[in-house]
Amino acid sequence: MNLLSVSNLHVNFHTKERELAALIDVSFTLNRGERIAIVGESGAGKSVLGFSIVNLIGKPGYIESGSIKLENKELTKMNLRQLQEIRGKRIAMIFQDPMMTLNPVITIGDQLVETIRSHTKISYKDARNIAIEKLHHVQIASPERRFNQYPHELSGGMRQRVIIASVLLLNPDIIIADEPTTALDVTIQAEILQLLLAICRDNGVALVLISHDLGVVSKVAERTLVMYAGHIVEEGPTLEIINDPQHPYTQGLLNALPQMTLPGQRLNQIQGSMPSLAERPSGCAFHPRCPYATQKCREQQPRFIYSGVSSVACFLVEDMLNEFAEQDQEAN
Amino acid sequence: MLIFLLRRLVQACFVMIIISIISFAIQDKLGDPVQQMVGMTVSPEERNQLRNELGLNDGFFSQYWRFAKGAIQGDLGTSYYYKEPTLDVILNKLPATLELAFCAILIIVLVATPCGVLAAIKPKHILSRLLMIVSSIGLSVPIFIVAILMVYIFSIELNMAPSFGRGQTTEVFGLWESGLFTKDGLKHLLLPSLSLAIALMPIFVRLIRAEMMEVLQSEYIRFAWSKGLSAPRIYFKHALKNTMLPVITVGGIQAGTLVAYTILTETIFQWPGMGFLFMDAVNRVDTPLVSAYLIVVGGIFVITNTLVDLIYGLVNPTVRLASHGL
Repeated sequence: MNLLSVSNLHVNFHTKERELAALIDVSFTLNRGERIAIVGESGAGKSVLGFSIVNLIGKPGYIESGSIKLENKELTKMNLRQLQEIRGKRIAMIFQDPMMTLNPVITIGDQLVETIRSHTKISYKDARNIAIEKLHHVQIASPERRFNQYPHELSGGMRQRVIIASVLLLNPDIIIADEPTTALDVTIQAEILQLLLAICRDNGVALVLISHDLGVVSKVAERTLVMYAGHIVEEGPTLEIINDPQHPYTQGLLNALPQMTLPGQRLNQIQGSMPSLAERPSGCAFHPRCPYATQKCREQQPRFIYSGVSSVACFLVEDMLNEFAEQDQEAN
Repeated sequence: MLIFLLRRLVQACFVMIIISIISFAIQDKLGDPVQQMVGMTVSPEERNQLRNELGLNDGFFSQYWRFAKGAIQGDLGTSYYYKEPTLDVILNKLPATLELAFCAILIIVLVATPCGVLAAIKPKHILSRLLMIVSSIGLSVPIFIVAILMVYIFSIELNMAPSFGRGQTTEVFGLWESGLFTKDGLKHLLLPSLSLAIALMPIFVRLIRAEMMEVLQSEYIRFAWSKGLSAPRIYFKHALKNTMLPVITVGGIQAGTLVAYTILTETIFQWPGMGFLFMDAVNRVDTPLVSAYLIVVGGIFVITNTLVDLIYGLVNPTVRLASHGL
């Protein structure tokens, strides 16, 4: 059984005029110990997807329909109390900006200990020992001293380590990391990424990495989902997606990497920008920016189809596959 | 810490000098004390002689100098009416006012905090909406109307609590006349402290609500939710502590308003405190007493704000008083 399976998830944002769709028919699965990445530009719905897994989409967002199953437990139907048992204990989250994630007026130690004690009945002393052990685990020097310090006494990288320690406290099955390295220094990014990867690998924790950085993704994730305007447009093994992107959007993203351009040349970019929720184009949402767009793309929403080891939602690929199939039939 | 206190002390000295100049300067603008002290029959020559004796004919600066020399030694002049050192007269009335203010602050903290928190957590709840309406009315209705209404309802119509005086008091440590330890004293304290609290309550309810709503939007609260903490823990530990930081600061500033309102409250409820004394002193043109009152209140204000800064430093770990000496 899949550890986590999301199927046909629709998430809306409630506004006075109308309901705006932030996620449209999103489905994916996650196996125990697997590491997947969700990539896309800002506004694609990556973070909304991450947060909706534990039903933490801030108001006015809400899950309209669909199902999110942790093993056989349906998360979308749970009340707050039941969700609180899942949050932190089975599914833990790492946020984007470590400077904002820790409460500034509570000591590091308190913030760690309270997490443990909210889920398990153990003494303060035992909880403290676990917390210090985890701080040690994320390579924080002199954890006993850090334990009594406040967040502002630590650097950004250190704070992200503390946050990683805090999600490890209860040995969760899944870690959802929402751009965990975006707010950090480049040198520290690599360290934190290494740490996260090692921790997931060593403890068999499944990881959902939300990122816009394909470089980061390629180092960590086994499988990648590419999102555009609330849809998953391509899904497949990370290597496959990087080496042989099918969807024009994925191709554009990869093309836009600075490594794809010679020094001195203008960087490649995808023309235009991500549409806002309120002005989603008809048909395939990517068509205004797509160099291959046809009349069909403007009118109809492409289905998700299998293409080799990946799945893609694009008429271009679909038509090509159909052509191949016809040729095959003719040949036979 | 020591540096902080020393700096504060120096600041306080400047503030006190300025307050003393202002409060002294208004002395001869209030009216003629001699007029109040002697009858109609006294001749102008005798009046002038009395003025000379009181030093009222000297120049402003020599008068101020005389006053300041005394003030440094703790002598803020002698009341024309009581014929006693003004400081003694005021300190005599201080406990009554402090008890009134203390009870009002207690009521504000105990009522405004849960109300503000509720209004922030459940902004759409009918109670929160009601609270917001009542608090905007409270902001705009003057305290003396509230106080008079309370006297009318609770003392006259319902006969639940007395409307004037302190009632039975007991002596604590031989120097503090307290109404906190007798049933009668507490009964007398009820209406005045309640009206004083009501005057300041709306501001705090609204402030706590606004700050709390902002804090609840922050990333660390979202992170706390993602850790699976319970709602009470998130609201009352994670959010409230951050909410209180600006509230503490405003609270210190509001101490000045509180003092101003004690004058009104004490007058309405005939509360034998400093504010009531001050009103009497103004009416009697007892200028030394008026100046002394202003200086004592200034002192209280300075002390309160120093305490507030210390408390702020305790609550907010990012403020390290010792190292910055701010």
